[in-house]
Amino acid sequence: MSQPSAFTGLRRDAEALAGPLPPLLADAEHLAASVMSGAHGRRRVGQGDEFWQYRPSHAGDEARMIDWRRSARADDALFVREREWQAAQSVMLWLDMGQSMQFASKKDLPTKAIEARRIALALSVLLIRGGERVGLTNLGMPPRAGQVQLMRLTTAFATREDETEYTPPDLKAAPLRSRAVFVSDFMGELAPIERAITKAADRGINGALLQVLDPQEEAFPFDGRTIFESVGGTLRHETLKAGDLRDRYLDRLAERKAALRDLTRAIGWQFHTHHTGQSASTALLWLYTALERGH
Amino acid sequence: MFTIGSVGFTAPWLLLGLIALPILWLLLRAVPPAPIRRMFPGVALLLGLADDETQTDRTPWWLLLLRTIAIAAAIIGFAGPVLNPKTETVGTGPLLVLVEGGWAEAQDWNRRIDRIEALLDEAGQAGRETALVALTDLPPEDGFVFQSADAIATQLPGILPQAWLPDGETVLSWLDAVEGDFDTFWLSSGLALDWREAALDDLQSRGSVTVFESPRAVLGLKPASFADGNIELEVLRSRGGSDAVVGVAAHGLDPNGTPRQLARLDIEFDAGDTAATGLLSLPAELRNRVTRFEIEGVRSAGAVSLTDDSLRRREVAILSAREEREGLQLLSPTHYLEQALVDTADLIDGAITDIVLANPDVVILADIVTLADSETEALETWVREGGLLLRFAGTRLAGSDYGRDAEDVLMPVRLRAGGRTVGGAMSWGEPKALRPFGPDSPFFGLVVPEDVTVSSQVMAQPDPTLAERTIASLADGTPLVTRKRLDLGQVVLFHVTANADWSSLPLSGLFVQMLERLAVSTQSAALTAEDLEGTTWTLDQQLTGFGEVAEAGILPGVAGEALAEGPPGPDLPPGLYSGENRRIALNVLGREASLSPAVWPADVPVEGFAIQQETPLAGMALSLALLALLVDVLAALALSGRLTGATAALVLAALIAAPEAQAQESQAQESQADIERLLAATSEVRLAYVVTGDTTLDATSEAGLRGLSDVLFRRTSIEPVEPVAVNLEMDELSVYPFLYWPISESQPRPSPDAYERLNRYLRTGGMILFDTRDASTSGFSTATPNGRRLQQLALPLDIPPLEPIPSDHVLTRTFYLLQDFPGRFVSRDVWVEAAPEDAERAEGMPFRNLNDNVTPVVIGGNDWAAAWAVDARGAPMYPVGRGFAGERQREIAYRFGVNLIMHVLTGNYKSDQVHVPALLDRLGQ
Repeated sequence: MSQPSAFTGLRRDAEALAGPLPPLLADAEHLAASVMSGAHGRRRVGQGDEFWQYRPSHAGDEARMIDWRRSARADDALFVREREWQAAQSVMLWLDMGQSMQFASKKDLPTKAIEARRIALALSVLLIRGGERVGLTNLGMPPRAGQVQLMRLTTAFATREDETEYTPPDLKAAPLRSRAVFVSDFMGELAPIERAITKAADRGINGALLQVLDPQEEAFPFDGRTIFESVGGTLRHETLKAGDLRDRYLDRLAERKAALRDLTRAIGWQFHTHHTGQSASTALLWLYTALERGH
Repeated sequence: MFTIGSVGFTAPWLLLGLIALPILWLLLRAVPPAPIRRMFPGVALLLGLADDETQTDRTPWWLLLLRTIAIAAAIIGFAGPVLNPKTETVGTGPLLVLVEGGWAEAQDWNRRIDRIEALLDEAGQAGRETALVALTDLPPEDGFVFQSADAIATQLPGILPQAWLPDGETVLSWLDAVEGDFDTFWLSSGLALDWREAALDDLQSRGSVTVFESPRAVLGLKPASFADGNIELEVLRSRGGSDAVVGVAAHGLDPNGTPRQLARLDIEFDAGDTAATGLLSLPAELRNRVTRFEIEGVRSAGAVSLTDDSLRRREVAILSAREEREGLQLLSPTHYLEQALVDTADLIDGAITDIVLANPDVVILADIVTLADSETEALETWVREGGLLLRFAGTRLAGSDYGRDAEDVLMPVRLRAGGRTVGGAMSWGEPKALRPFGPDSPFFGLVVPEDVTVSSQVMAQPDPTLAERTIASLADGTPLVTRKRLDLGQVVLFHVTANADWSSLPLSGLFVQMLERLAVSTQSAALTAEDLEGTTWTLDQQLTGFGEVAEAGILPGVAGEALAEGPPGPDLPPGLYSGENRRIALNVLGREASLSPAVWPADVPVEGFAIQQETPLAGMALSLALLALLVDVLAALALSGRLTGATAALVLAALIAAPEAQAQESQAQESQADIERLLAATSEVRLAYVVTGDTTLDATSEAGLRGLSDVLFRRTSIEPVEPVAVNLEMDELSVYPFLYWPISESQPRPSPDAYERLNRYLRTGGMILFDTRDASTSGFSTATPNGRRLQQLALPLDIPPLEPIPSDHVLTRTFYLLQDFPGRFVSRDVWVEAAPEDAERAEGMPFRNLNDNVTPVVIGGNDWAAAWAVDARGAPMYPVGRGFAGERQREIAYRFGVNLIMHVLTGNYKSDQVHVPALLDRLGQ
């Protein structure tokens, strides 16, 4: 019962274009362009590319550190050129690649999986442009910087797909005190999610949870005799009057959201729900600021 | 047929299917609507939620009911239900179908025929022999046989209502002669007939009689008559029912000779009345055109009343010599004439030339001798075209030399000088009485009163033609009235005065009758047998039973007495009869007519149209089934949660709004196309031509303008795009600076709206080039068909005064210096707006300062488009002239086109004197 995978189409597209940049990345770049890439400078001297200040040399400075051009203009002092410290952060992404994400209620809506990948990749683009290191925990891909890493991420997003219905998050290969971003619908069992997040918090990892939902999942606009099936076909539930279930379903959904929100609040993480019908840039902006906050 | 109440079934066995309905009920009840399978990731949250109710796995009762109704309706529908099935008992033995066949039945003839057909069908099924007889058209007694109903049915179309009613004596004698017993089905007209009882007795003695009678009242229209200058119309009906309004229309020829309705009048019946009168007031001109009145919506001869001369008022001009004495009315030469005519004719007076222009029917000259030459000519022309000139003698005529030596054109005979007086104080003899009128005289049949005497008269010269020209004479044989025919008209001379000076004739009633006979006046009273005695009339136009006016074939003449007296019948069909000078209408209903309903004895069953018709109900039942199924579809969708608002709206919209949407869409497309067209026209210069409807001509126009556009593009800074066709009725004109309008004979005339737009176009600076394309045959003139058509087409256009294009017109030098404007033909006659009167030539300048504007029209016949026309490859399409000279002519034609478009776009720029020096340079002056 799996939908024709959007990712195989993606791959096909990518191959057809004979380029390493699949539409997903282009899309993500486009999305990323909507968020102004702010300066990541630490406002102090350190390792970096940007010029920060000239200071008079003092004892202990190596001769090669002296900026001779500046010093030649001075009468008697030697100057050292200092750069701004630009520390790179490691951000670990975890993306739900389970079957439940392969769902779109209408033809003109993207599936949750595509939406999640767009947002995640756009975030990666933004971060890598800002000089940060980005990794993907699904594959145990360690955080790295540079365009090559972006290509690797894109490939991973485009090809990777899990068979399981709902996958629990994991944080393999996440460095201590790094940042983490979980993107999922969080429809699966709550316990593994909880466990994964608390474990991450234990390792000093700070981060954000982005829940991606379809508008239909929020509205439950069904009526009449219905058999509900999960996307992977493993779960099913039959009802005679779907309309009667609406309130109880919505209650459960709200409960789930509340649980996640409480959990994140307790460990200093952040939680946001995004619907595929909404503008993806809102979610991206939220994610970006959520990560900024930790600086 | 199996019947329940008033409903019968053609296939009753199918109704057994209804027994299966309870089984169906049980089956349907057990099968709930199928579930929908939905993919839903949120199912994880649903797990463990139980339904509140469990009993809905059965179909709800109302849905079951709906389905049962649908199926029951289908079963009943296919069983062929019929409301009011015909279950008549059919008699045996021969059946006589009796149709009266008069005009009164014409108004619902088709329904009668339908009834007869049904009757014949029944008789045919029952194997009865039948006969069909129309009482107005009785078969010969030995030719009357009963035949099979099929054979009779073939005769049915041959039976038509006649324009008269059956004659009682004939019918009764025919019935006497018929032998044998039979049943009778009598289709009655509903009018009372005096012989009806006798005929009914006879028929009843032979078998049962059933009567069929229309419940509708028979309507009739009496002949129109004059009442105080209005036309009085009286409508009759056979039964005094409730209030009713009947429309009466007056038909006649309009001034173009087209038959049309000239006026109409609503006449109201009060409840219970059988007659109603209405007054119609019409101007004399219109009244004289009326040929018939008819009741609207009634198709029968009785509802039509033909009009004859009695409704016409003749226009009579009376002229007399100057009054010598004032105030002596009784001595006035025209007093008695005016008295005789004032009731029946419209009198006009004035100068002769003016009167002739008004084309009166009669001109009366009372003792007028001298006429100017022009007056004589005018009168003669008028008489020759059919006028009647009536002259009276008098002292002036007697004393003049007029018509003495030679016969005057406007005088029937030559006169002897002086005249004569008899029976006066100074003469012997008695005043002379009149001799009875001879059979050749138009006055034949008029009774001559004995006290009419003549004491003076002018005398005619004996001539070979005198005898035949005399139409009334005195007892001693001297002519009193002479007449001469002159082509279509005639000149009549009374040898006495028009007043009582010379005779007592003007005092007598005979005078009026004679004037009537001469068709000077018309009488409004009914004609009597005495009036018409001795005359013979032929039928001109015959009235059919359905009230249509048909040309009568050649029929024997009818004696005047019969015409005056007789009711219409086979020998005297109603219609318009013409005699020597006048026409008499014989209508179905006379002036004294009345209509009364037929009364049948109680023992005769009378059947009307209102019998209950068989109504098949199958369609209705099946529609109900379909409707129920449709509702069921919606209900089932709703139950299973598949009916969203969008789906329902879609279904409803598809049902209701499909045609509307389509219409709107096409409309939207149209306006879109319009806008695109306007944008295309305004974004580039575009030459346009008027669509004439003639494909070849339009193609030539387009090719011509394309050729001209190419030339303009190559040679000038005007760079037009493809030319465009303009439909005057639909397209916006104001976006085109120039219209080429070729004239063809068959071109339809634009509508008033189109003319309004054309005029606006011309007034706001547009230019039209009219091309009659016939300079080869005519030069340019109005004598050709195209020229005449152009005149007709351009008549409503606001075109200024025109003149042939002057040699210093700005068109001669807007781009090229030209003196000729050839197209395919060479003609100098090209017309443009005339220069103002005060245009003058300045000293030393070769050109006048002409009008400031672009000429709104250029008219010519040189077929320019053909000279300009090029095909897709740019090669000329039509030959122009011969050899090099021809090519030169084509070149000049192009140059004219270039100049013309330049003129359109730049106006009088080249007229500006600034350019004169340069132009002078070029001209070598």
